[in-house]
Amino acid sequence: MKRSNIAFWVGAAVFLVAIFVMTQVVGNQYPFFAGYVILQFIALAVAWSILGGYAGYVNFGTSAFFGVGVYTAVFLTKAFEAPLLVQIVTAAVIGALMGFALGLLTLRMQGIFFSIATIALTIIIETTVMNWRFVGGAAGIQIARPPATPPFDNYVQMLFFVQALLVVLAVAISRYIQNSWIGRGLQALKDDELAAECTGVPTLRLKLLACVISGALLCAIGAPSAMYLQFANPDSAFNLNYSVSTLAMSLIGGTSHWSGPIIGAILLGTTQQLLTVTISSEVNVLVLGIMLVLFVVGAPEGIIGLVRKLRGNRKEGGT
Amino acid sequence: MDLLLDAVVIGVLLGCFYGAVSIGLSVSFGLLDVPHVAHPAFLVLASYGVYIINEHYGIDPLVAGLLITPLFFVLGLVAYRLYYETFEKRGTDAGVRGIAFFFGVAFIIEVLIIMQFGVDQRSVTATYIGKSWRIADMRIPYRMLVAFAVAAALTIVLTLYLSRTFMGRAIRAVAQDQEALRLMGVNPIKVKQWAFGIATAVLGIAGALLIIVAPVEPTLDRAYIGRTFCVVVMAGLGSMSGTIVAAIILGVAESIVLTSFGASWAPAISFAMLLGVLAVRPQGLFGRRS
Amino acid sequence: MTSSDAQLPLLRIASLTKRFGGFTALDNVSVDISPGERFGLIGPNGSGKTTLINCISGAFRTEAGTVLFRDEDITPLQPHMRTRRGIARSFQIPRPFRSMTVAENLMVALDFAAGEHVSVAQRHDAMMDILTQMGLASKANVSATQLSQVELRKMELARALATHPKLLISDEAMAGLSSSEVDEVLDLLMSLASRDITIIMIEHIMQAVMRFSDRVMCLDAGKIIAIGTPSEVMGNQRVQEAYLGT
Repeated sequence: MKRSNIAFWVGAAVFLVAIFVMTQVVGNQYPFFAGYVILQFIALAVAWSILGGYAGYVNFGTSAFFGVGVYTAVFLTKAFEAPLLVQIVTAAVIGALMGFALGLLTLRMQGIFFSIATIALTIIIETTVMNWRFVGGAAGIQIARPPATPPFDNYVQMLFFVQALLVVLAVAISRYIQNSWIGRGLQALKDDELAAECTGVPTLRLKLLACVISGALLCAIGAPSAMYLQFANPDSAFNLNYSVSTLAMSLIGGTSHWSGPIIGAILLGTTQQLLTVTISSEVNVLVLGIMLVLFVVGAPEGIIGLVRKLRGNRKEGGT
Repeated sequence: MDLLLDAVVIGVLLGCFYGAVSIGLSVSFGLLDVPHVAHPAFLVLASYGVYIINEHYGIDPLVAGLLITPLFFVLGLVAYRLYYETFEKRGTDAGVRGIAFFFGVAFIIEVLIIMQFGVDQRSVTATYIGKSWRIADMRIPYRMLVAFAVAAALTIVLTLYLSRTFMGRAIRAVAQDQEALRLMGVNPIKVKQWAFGIATAVLGIAGALLIIVAPVEPTLDRAYIGRTFCVVVMAGLGSMSGTIVAAIILGVAESIVLTSFGASWAPAISFAMLLGVLAVRPQGLFGRRS
Repeated sequence: MTSSDAQLPLLRIASLTKRFGGFTALDNVSVDISPGERFGLIGPNGSGKTTLINCISGAFRTEAGTVLFRDEDITPLQPHMRTRRGIARSFQIPRPFRSMTVAENLMVALDFAAGEHVSVAQRHDAMMDILTQMGLASKANVSATQLSQVELRKMELARALATHPKLLISDEAMAGLSSSEVDEVLDLLMSLASRDITIIMIEHIMQAVMRFSDRVMCLDAGKIIAIGTPSEVMGNQRVQEAYLGT
């Protein structure tokens, strides 16, 4: 237990140092543009899995949280020229509040009804933002980047590093939850809410906790996107593709272990980036759909599940 | 006042149209519990089918809709079989993984349409499209009247089918108690597959209505996720007459909001009503099958 | 146990009523259960037995009446709060945590209901202890989905036991078991009862209830129609009518 903790934090530190060195050494901007998107999806998938994976409440509202994150940043920039850190922290707070509201919904609806409700929430928020003139309405809004903060000499490189920090934060939280009593409680209520209650698990409190943490992270991850794109419009900020991509990445990787969403996001995220560049963004959505269908049908436990099965078979074969 | 009356009349017609596009989901989701979020994508696919036939052979869109109905029936049979084998049969959390599956299917359909037809809007031609019927001070587009008439006919036929025929009654029974049906020597899976086939076949005609009422584009299905699920959930799962009443309520609400607040709020109406119904009265306005 | 404890009922159900729509599932039910008692609950299907224990464990809200546990009104409490106060139950149709092993199933109970000042090592020991008592030690690392029917029943009792209950409600833990398995489970429940755990047993297998119980209560259509020693209840005219149907 202790040793794996050390290994994890050493790994995280190495990852951050590598990212940092990359921002200082690599001159070409393209790797940062592409890498940012992949990091963003890793963080989203990990954050989503805290509710969708551990607790089994399938949230199709990733785009709602992401979009609110984007527009929190837009609003703060336009109204106060607030710095990036303030944008991210504010987005996290708003995301936590949204998560709390979402958690209360779990009182009244489960399974597919919860999922449909999260889609509804997304469109309602999107429509509201569309009608909000101050942040540009349906047409969208341009955002000017301030100069980058040293030691970064380029804003995209800075955003790339910030997103890497968010990845580490999300993964550390997700990993902590999985290994603690919270994770065991969530797993129990995912299997059977009534049996969990009758075994002493405070299901509502745990669900609220998962919703708040997941929501805060999803929103925070969305916030830097405004500066990354230098433009925001409701159509793209709240696009359902974020919800489905995030869900697909988590399911493809497997949600029973914290590393699953990371694997799924790297795999699908990288494929999508390559396809977008080499062919078109349509093909990229097609691949998303096909991968989602294939995995849900053929490997419901994701890559993690496949690996476990292979190992299990080998063990049985050996003895 | 006149404006309000206008809005209500148009809303009722629009509502009947919503009923027609939702009634298949009322069977597949309402009665069979299949989380069919690809229903609207199938609907848009049907519209493009109608578009092709209308464009190439000049056949009336409604007739074209009828022509593709058998195709969609088969599509439904296949889709249910696949869903059953991969999810229902394996049991646990079929609903949750099913919804992810159908989202994947919806995305695939969207993209295939985009790759074939591009993102531009497509429409059909027929004598009743583009003209209006003037009554008193009102102008009612003929296409809305056609949609209204076909929707009414569809609802009546489906209601009669479910209540008068053996298969129809079996479909209602399978929704109530699958085991009881098995004891009577009927294979409930066959019945469900047949029902899903019917639910999908109806989309042939509903797709024709969709493209008659307004031009379609590949991602139009997303707006209809809200509308169709709103109608079915509000109706109380699986109630056919409830479906049409719920659809009219939605149609009137959308129409009134449209005239008083403007088109930019329209997309949220159905979703807001859906969320409201789910939160306050999950069993729907017209009760739920026991 | 102090003498005042012995005088107070462990569980007091007072004028409990539960309705589903227009259907009255429990109609003004009152009963006291003493500490250490072995209490049998019988009645035909649909008589309200499971509804009653759902009301005791908190799965259902009640329309009227109160449930007192160790002199505390627990009527407004959620199920997990009741579990932590010492009410545990098994389910008529077993509800294991399917994604977990047998050991993990028990760890949920130990994590959430066994008190906070217990170390991980102690919890692990407690878990193995309970599994050994239940004859499931060899199954500790087996997935809950791979258990046989009798093992599932035992695991549910083991999980309930891991919450350190003062009151254990066993909801038809013997349904669908062979007669030798019934004896096995019955022996387990007897041994728990001998260790100061009060037990409410719902059962259709009459012989088992009669052998087990100090006192038996019979429900019919949501009302108590008889309560007393096993032989009294079995001899009761109304009980025989309820079971045979007149």
